[in-house]
Amino acid sequence: MTAKTLFDKIWDAHVVKEVEGGPNVLYIDRHFIHEVTSPVAFLGLKTRGLKVYRPDQTTATPDHNVPTINQHLSIKDELSRNQVDMLKKNCDENGIVYHGLGTEGHGVVHIIGPEMGLTQPGMTIVCGDSHTSTHGAFGAIAFGIGTSEVEMVLASQCIMQPKPKKMRITVNGTLDKGVTAKDIALYIISKISTSGGTGHFIEYAGSAITSLSMEGRMTLCNLSIESGARGGMIAPDETTFNYVKGRQFAPKGEDWDKAMEKWAELKSDEDAVFDTDYTFDAADIEPMITYGTNPGMGIGVSQTIPTSEGLSGTDKTTYQKSLQYMGYNEGDAMKGKPVDFVFLGSCTNGRIEDFREFAAFVKGKKKADNVTAWLVPGSKAVQNQIEAEGLVPILEEAGFQLRQPGCSACLAMNDDKIPTGKYSVSTSNRNFEGRQGPGARTLLASPLTAAAAAVTGVIADPREMM
Amino acid sequence: MAYDKFSIINTSAVPLPYENVDTDQIIPARFLKAVERKGFGDNLFRDWRYENDGSPKADFPLNNPKYSGKILVGGKNFGSGSSREHAAWAIYDYGFRVVVSSFFADIFKGNALNNGLLPVVVSPEFLEKIFDQIEKDADSTFEVDLPNQVFTITATGESTDFEINPYKKHCLQNGLDDIDYLVEMKEQIAEFEQA
Repeated sequence: MTAKTLFDKIWDAHVVKEVEGGPNVLYIDRHFIHEVTSPVAFLGLKTRGLKVYRPDQTTATPDHNVPTINQHLSIKDELSRNQVDMLKKNCDENGIVYHGLGTEGHGVVHIIGPEMGLTQPGMTIVCGDSHTSTHGAFGAIAFGIGTSEVEMVLASQCIMQPKPKKMRITVNGTLDKGVTAKDIALYIISKISTSGGTGHFIEYAGSAITSLSMEGRMTLCNLSIESGARGGMIAPDETTFNYVKGRQFAPKGEDWDKAMEKWAELKSDEDAVFDTDYTFDAADIEPMITYGTNPGMGIGVSQTIPTSEGLSGTDKTTYQKSLQYMGYNEGDAMKGKPVDFVFLGSCTNGRIEDFREFAAFVKGKKKADNVTAWLVPGSKAVQNQIEAEGLVPILEEAGFQLRQPGCSACLAMNDDKIPTGKYSVSTSNRNFEGRQGPGARTLLASPLTAAAAAVTGVIADPREMM
Repeated sequence: MAYDKFSIINTSAVPLPYENVDTDQIIPARFLKAVERKGFGDNLFRDWRYENDGSPKADFPLNNPKYSGKILVGGKNFGSGSSREHAAWAIYDYGFRVVVSSFFADIFKGNALNNGLLPVVVSPEFLEKIFDQIEKDADSTFEVDLPNQVFTITATGESTDFEINPYKKHCLQNGLDDIDYLVEMKEQIAEFEQA
């Protein structure tokens, strides 16, 4: 038997057919859908006279478009309301479970899947959203798809995909205090660039990875797409099994024992070959912050913005255009730069651990007057947990209020838009031009670095305040 | 999705000499609220194309009357970021049939191929030649020959081969999509589920 990677093992077990000179027909175990990328797929099905093939393997929630205050009221924006209503209607017509606004199961699609135990090791998981890579944290093959592919999965529970190459990224050693999974991810992307992972699926390995919590692993896998990789995964271990066990849709009793036997096989064979291999040292990673308009433009918070020396042609013009958009100069120090907004939330950093870290950091401190802070839990369950753990009074004492779950200012489809020209330290995943609102300037960072910015009003090193 | 069959195209091209053109630039999130697939071309490159007040930005290539044609030429890592298929729809709806770059992001490339929009990968050196040719003469034409998988700069005769998966090539040439194929496989899929 040839040695296989974890990715090979799961992929090969899901191939229904290899199309000659073409892609594989891959079977999908779990399909998550949301209001923005599904309506045209449902319309396509209807036009073809088809029904959803496996509604029981499909889960729906509206997240991209929804308001994060007054969710008990009707959605004000007509187009947003129409999209959300359409999702519910399509789900009702096809027998798909729908977790509506305000219900206990509502939240950002990549947060609720793992919470409910719908995300499990060894699965193939897709969603019409590039951050589906999040679910790879459980040792699953999970990736984002387009709307035509959503329609394929609705129609047949299969998708046609060429098999990607395999990359292993090993991070050994121990993280410094104040350095989180978010910083590992931004560090890796700053090293391999936003296209370094293209054509690949990543497996993360090494002691700095295996010592991460499930929340941390989800943050890291979530950001795999920002390196261009379709997804990232981590071999399941005790941390994974402990997280999954007992959740609503996790296997129970005998089924659990059987699942554990299968899941024990889910690791790359020792002599398995990867197409590309990178190794990093955790000790080299400091709290990261981005200074430009793609997630690869990140540096340690204590460092200065690189110069364009050595760049030429479109490399140089693209770099200069980016800094011009940000209103920054080559060689500027990041520390001390003013901040207008802070956003804690999104499928990247909207989990309970992120709110615990943020709350512990701001405890006994005060929000800076010049900062507007939006704290948006990733799900109703996260919101409930924040309340149950008594974090709300700590946050309020420090001048912060909690909003209601949704994707919010990560992509600003709802009213949570950063105004033109303003600087936002954001725990989300993309700092593209206009991502958080037309003309908005986004600086990606961890919840701790965001908390440091929120209380000082400028970019600051969280390690100096812990 | 229904789209026009693709064979050979001979047209001028619009240059977009930036790298890492992400799908948030191609179509910003606030224009993704439609429940039908139409009209996305109006908001193609919205924030690069228009000021906040809706007036066109004169220096953006799509607003420059000297550029036209069915080919969009972008810098490397075109289509990175969000999986929104609306990006491919917007480019197609605007009137482009081909996007040329030295490197495409995976999801965008797949979405384009599923919608009759041909992504053509050329070497970084050849990409520079295309940009140079358009700069020299904006009316320059280019031939995209899908059956033979060849891209030619008409004025100089220089050409380059490009790759495409044989299955996808067949789909593009015949206006087919994957859903027809998968629905035909129903029995085989049901058997797989039993195994």
